[in-house]
This record gives sequence, structure tokens and C-alpha cells, in this order.
Amino acid sequence: MIIPHAKPGTATENLTGEWKAYMPLVDGDKCIKCGICQNFCPEGIMGVVKKIPEIDYDYCKGCSICANECPVKCIKMERVDDA
Amino acid sequence: MMLRTKSGARVLGEMAVQCKLGVCACYPITPTTALTNELNKYYANGKIPEYITVESEFAALSALQGASAAGSRTFSTTGGQGLLLMHEVLFATAGMRLPVVMLVGNRAVSSPLNIWNDEQDTISQRDSGWIQIYCKNNQEAVDALPQAFYVAEKTLIPVMVCVDGHYLTHSVQQVDVVDEKKVHAYLPDYKYPLKLDPKNPVSLGVYANPTHYQDFRMDLVKDMLNSKEILKEAGEKWGKVSGRSYGLINEYKTKDADRIIMGLGSVMDNVFTVVDELREKGEKVGALHLRVYRPFPTEELAKALKGKKVGVIDRAISIGGEAPLYLEMLSALNGSGAEISSFYGGLGGRGVRRDHIKELFEKMKKGPVKEWITKEPPKAAMKG
Repeated sequence: MIIPHAKPGTATENLTGEWKAYMPLVDGDKCIKCGICQNFCPEGIMGVVKKIPEIDYDYCKGCSICANECPVKCIKMERVDDA
Repeated sequence: MMLRTKSGARVLGEMAVQCKLGVCACYPITPTTALTNELNKYYANGKIPEYITVESEFAALSALQGASAAGSRTFSTTGGQGLLLMHEVLFATAGMRLPVVMLVGNRAVSSPLNIWNDEQDTISQRDSGWIQIYCKNNQEAVDALPQAFYVAEKTLIPVMVCVDGHYLTHSVQQVDVVDEKKVHAYLPDYKYPLKLDPKNPVSLGVYANPTHYQDFRMDLVKDMLNSKEILKEAGEKWGKVSGRSYGLINEYKTKDADRIIMGLGSVMDNVFTVVDELREKGEKVGALHLRVYRPFPTEELAKALKGKKVGVIDRAISIGGEAPLYLEMLSALNGSGAEISSFYGGLGGRGVRRDHIKELFEKMKKGPVKEWITKEPPKAAMKG
């Protein structure tokens, strides 16, 4: 007998990064550390503002908003092979 | 013995309140409006701690989900369109394993609009994951309530007690209502293992990925099938309390019978009477009341009906398919040598009378038939 339920915080076990078809790749040399991508990221997984983005790919769904907003176009979206 | 001569709805209210209800939420609908009135009255007199007035049947069952998860014994009543409006919540309640008990006054389904009895409403909810108990008369209905709470709380599966609207809810019968103290001794206090509590928070009814969803459904199916034993245990224990024990099926003079008519609900009381009448004339006939429709007692039915001529009365139809109970009997009796006839009709309050049933027994002599019953409207036409 199982009662389906969830305890607080257990949503982190759900690795939504598996959903992505495209992954963002940052060119650190071109990045101007403006923080726009980090502010726009709907998942909040692009690291600390004013630093080169460190993306947590376990939860990045590949939405491409960061690549779209980047003023110097240093983020490119690359097809994930097994998607 | 505490004999009462009351209408079905009123005597059901009396028994329901003896089961130590915690929270009720109902949206009144014919044919169980009178039961809603009774529950309101008991609430006003302090016999039910909480009664939530809601704006729909959907809200009624949703409110009870919360109350049940918070650790209250919960009860509602509805029928017909009201049950159909609960459709989505029925599945959710069963999936969350909340032991809500509901009394359904069986009523025909619109359209055309009809308030009278058939069993289309509950039969169409058979896949929702609720245990379904059908009652032949008001005594069985009243006895079914404590058993329903017993089974629901032991299996964590919600239970629907199905009582034919008007034929039972509105008929005045003599009923033995077991004493409150005995009911309390039979029914332990309700404890939900995962009580909603701010100090130890959990979420119920949450999302499950493909990695988990089917596991929960498979577990519910397994527990539903295992609940047959708990249903039998509840029926036997109730026998010790009241002198009337119950099983999954109710066989009547079937041992030496060559022809047996089976079905659900109040129509079977008529069939039992016809069996007595035909037996006096020397015909070897019998009857079988299917008391528990979900979980379906396949083994018990196969054992009882092996090699017999079986007539299945369905007062619900599947439009464009076989009658629902007949279809399940074909599966249950497959390879047992039984010859199965399907009789479907009695819809929207068109009564299945004793002379109809005698005709059915006559038809079954020749071989399996599949046909409508009560095709002619009654001569004394029902007005309104």
C-alpha cells in the first residue's frame, strides 16, 4: 500500500535538465559579465551576476532565453545528441 | 433489535451519524435530498462536528478530500448528474488513497432529464478506483454504511454505497438500526497514516513522472483486488454484531438451480420473490445478487454459476457496446460452460416487475438471448 505524496524540497530530485533538446554553451572570452542572462534565466541556474555564467545543466531546460538576450551573442545553443 | 419504520433516506441518515462522522459536505440532489436534510439536522443538533455547504458536487468531494487527509471521517451523498460532476474528483480521491465514503442514490443520466432510477450513474464510474457496494433493500443499505467505513479505512480505498433512487431512498421499510454503542465497538477510530500537519508537511496529489505514475496505479489495482478479503471480513464481523452477515455475492437457491438470474440492486429483491413463486410450481430457478461490483468477485461468480444458464439484468447500457455487467460476466464465466443471456433496460424509472422476470426465466429455457427488457411503457403511466 503506497500513499502517493511528496515531502518539502523533493522537487529538486526531479532533474528537469533531461528535458532539453538544445544546451547553452558560453564563450567566456567574449562574455562581458553584464548579468543579463542570469537575470533573465527562468530557472535561476546561471550562477552569480557579474561573473561568467556557470550553468547547472541538471536543471537547464534549454529554453534559449539566455542566448536570445545576450548583448554580445556569446551564448550558442547546441543540439543535445540524445534528444 | 431497534426496528424503525422510516423512509430509506431518513434511516440512512440515522445510521450514518452513528458512524461518528467528522465532516460532511453535500450538494443536495434528487433522490438523496432527504438524506442531505437529515445530515443538516444532525449537524444543527451537534451530532456532526462539521458540515460544509458547497456550491457543487465537485466542490463537495474536493472539500472532503482535504478533510479526510487532515484526519476526519468524511461522508457525502449524491446521485445521477451530481455523481457525474464529481467524475474527476472521484479518480483523484482514489489515487490519493483517501477513505471517503459516499452514499449514491442511483438515478438515470440526462439527456432527456430524468430523476428516476437506473444504475447508469454508478456503472459509468466503475473505473474510478472506488469500491462499489450495491444494496438490494434498505436493511442492506443501512448495514452497508458501517462496513463501508470499516473497509475504506482499512484499505485506504474510497467506498461508494449504491442505493437505488426512489425504489429504496423513498420507500418506507422496516429496518433494524444497530445500536450506536455496538457500531462504535465495530468501527475503530479513523487514523489517516499521512495526516496533513503543518509541523510535518507533505503534499498529496502531486505530479508523478512516467518513472513513477504507473507504479502507483499498479499498487492501487493490487490493493483493490486484495480488498475482497477485507470486504468479506467486514461482512462477517458485522454478522456477529447484527446477526446479518454479508459476502461479495448473495446466492439464493442456486445450488440445484438450472436457471439463475443475477443483477445489481433493488431489482434483485423482485427476482428473489419470483424465484420463490416459481419454486412452488416446481421450476428449478435461482437468483444471485452481486453485492460488490468493484472489486469484481470473478472467482466467487465462476464457482457459483459454473455450467448454469445465467440471465444478467443490466439497468445501465453501454451505447454501441454490450451491456456492462453482461460483458464482465462473459469474461468471468469464460470456459465454465455457463450459458449467458443479457437483459438490459429498466431505464429511467421503468420498473422491472415480477411478470417481466417470469418472462425472462421462460426465455432462458430456450438458450442464450440478448435483448431489451421493459420495452413497453407501464400501463399506469408515471406522471411527472
